[in-house]
Amino acid sequence: MLRFVLRRLAQVVPTLLLLSLLVFAWLRSLPGGPASAFLGDRATPERIAELNRVLGLDQPIFVQYGRFLGRVLTGDFGASTITGQPVLAEIGRALPATVELSVLALVIAVALGIPLGYLAAQHRGGPVDIATVIGTLIGVAVPVFFLGYLLKAFFAVELGWFPPSGRLSIDVDATNVTGFVVLDGLLTREFDASLDALSHLVLPAVALATIPLAVIVRITRASVLDVLGSDFVRTANSKGLAPGTVRSRHVLRNALLPVSTTIGLQVGLLLAGAVLTEKVFVWGGIGTLLADAITLKDYPRLQALLLLGALVYVLVNLLVDLSYAIIDPRVRL
Amino acid sequence: MSTTWATRRKTRIDDLSAGRSLTSEAFRRLRRDPVALTGATIIGVFVVIAALAPLIAPHGAAEAFPALQENLRPGSIPGPQDGFPLGGDQLGRDFYSRMLLASQQTLLVGVLATVIGLIVGIVIGTLAGAFGGWVDTVLMRVTDVLLAVPSLLLAISVAALAASPSQTTVIIAVAVVGVPIFARLLRGSMLSQRDSDHVIAATALGVKRPAVVLRHMLPNAIGPVIVQATLTLATAILDAAALSFLGLGDADPGRAEWGLMLAQAQSYLDVRPALAFYPAIAIIVVALGFTLLGESLREALDPKGSR
Repeated sequence: MLRFVLRRLAQVVPTLLLLSLLVFAWLRSLPGGPASAFLGDRATPERIAELNRVLGLDQPIFVQYGRFLGRVLTGDFGASTITGQPVLAEIGRALPATVELSVLALVIAVALGIPLGYLAAQHRGGPVDIATVIGTLIGVAVPVFFLGYLLKAFFAVELGWFPPSGRLSIDVDATNVTGFVVLDGLLTREFDASLDALSHLVLPAVALATIPLAVIVRITRASVLDVLGSDFVRTANSKGLAPGTVRSRHVLRNALLPVSTTIGLQVGLLLAGAVLTEKVFVWGGIGTLLADAITLKDYPRLQALLLLGALVYVLVNLLVDLSYAIIDPRVRL
Repeated sequence: MSTTWATRRKTRIDDLSAGRSLTSEAFRRLRRDPVALTGATIIGVFVVIAALAPLIAPHGAAEAFPALQENLRPGSIPGPQDGFPLGGDQLGRDFYSRMLLASQQTLLVGVLATVIGLIVGIVIGTLAGAFGGWVDTVLMRVTDVLLAVPSLLLAISVAALAASPSQTTVIIAVAVVGVPIFARLLRGSMLSQRDSDHVIAATALGVKRPAVVLRHMLPNAIGPVIVQATLTLATAILDAAALSFLGLGDADPGRAEWGLMLAQAQSYLDVRPALAFYPAIAIIVVALGFTLLGESLREALDPKGSR
């Protein structure tokens, strides 16, 4: 187990190094170079030369890369060109909002997706199955941001069931402990704040959950169908095991392996979807930071988000690989 | 000489053994599959509309009309009226014509982005799969890195490179997302070909290496990649819409493209929701069409049979 973890971590390192090289090259290839990108409209040849000297861009390229890497490794991604604040601190402040949103979306997708996929497989060819399959196909085809607006227009504006945007109502006085508003409410026993935060979470989380949900349903369905046709399930059934036992111990357990891989891959989708969903619901998380960075060409921030996004994605998929050992005892790590 | 004889003989053996080839078997299954037919019909209608759009559309995409502009106020965009079956848009242009003409641009963005990604992916995948060794290692390491970045993030970072967003940057950004997927897929199926009997036989017959790779390995390995490309056409259109929504779309106000129109219409959602609904429904239907066809292609090509 430990050896496997170490070996996988050793594989992650070159990937991330190469990514840092790509991001570094990406920054160099900005139109007019980073200096004119940072300066924007205020760029004059003198200013660019001055900034190049200050930023060390007149140094040989490998020296520049070495310095870049050194700064990144110590967590110094520079200051945002929009706010002038350290990028890492900004990300740290925005992170809880996105984590809260993504976790709820993933919970919705998994909690609905696995049973739905199982149900569809069990009634293969029936109306439930057909409806589910059509639903998943449409779910993947709807632009996330449009769905967000639809949910907002109907459930928030028209029916008024949920708040249309933001993380907390203005009149709710919540104490900030961790930055996770739902958790903070529970910790400080301000349950009304938790409840308010949850009601704000519902619509964006549902919008964000649709694509992962559709994917999880489809993979679960295919995987369960695969297992249902296998010999050991027939054996288990024919030796008279209770249907419930076969379902949970034989079918579900074996079918979940591909599903867990998929769930890991969804994290990347959630990150991307969060950019769109957060913009619709004015959420103020990582996605908002990214969207602002794009419109205002904040390259230090973009670069940090890109590297950290990939880091999270790679680490989550490492965790997924580790989870195989728990789900399938045959897998020896 | 010997090659042509061998191939000719091989096809004759195939014919004689009564069994159909995998490809014709797949087509036979596709023609009977209602899902595939639905997908193909949707795509067919879409392509025909796109091809004929300049002929059917009564007006130009950038043409503004005084009749529509006069009634344009904050909080009110004129609806359907004489000569304008779907009403005007936020700039007083004929929405019906724009919807039609946009099909062409949307098809262009989707197809070009997919084809560019496909070509680059095929080149990388073929090189990696055919040569193995350090070529394979280097190419796949880079591919892994691109795969480690969530797709929309990758598209955003490519699109953000451009000094000003345009349709070309959108196409390139969406194409880049597809490259590592196609390359990985093709490399995998090329590798499984490398040690198969027909490749060893061709090599033993003295067929040159490039010919073995291009004529014996690639055609047998490309199936899954084509399936993926069909599915990518759907995501390419959706990704392009997402880029437009984030302000990385074409800045040309005259351009009519469904994703772009949908993104722009978000500001007028409470004034005239139709401006968002029509492009959205068009995108959903077309994406659905490509997904349906792609999924049934995948099933038809699956040698495990009629699942």
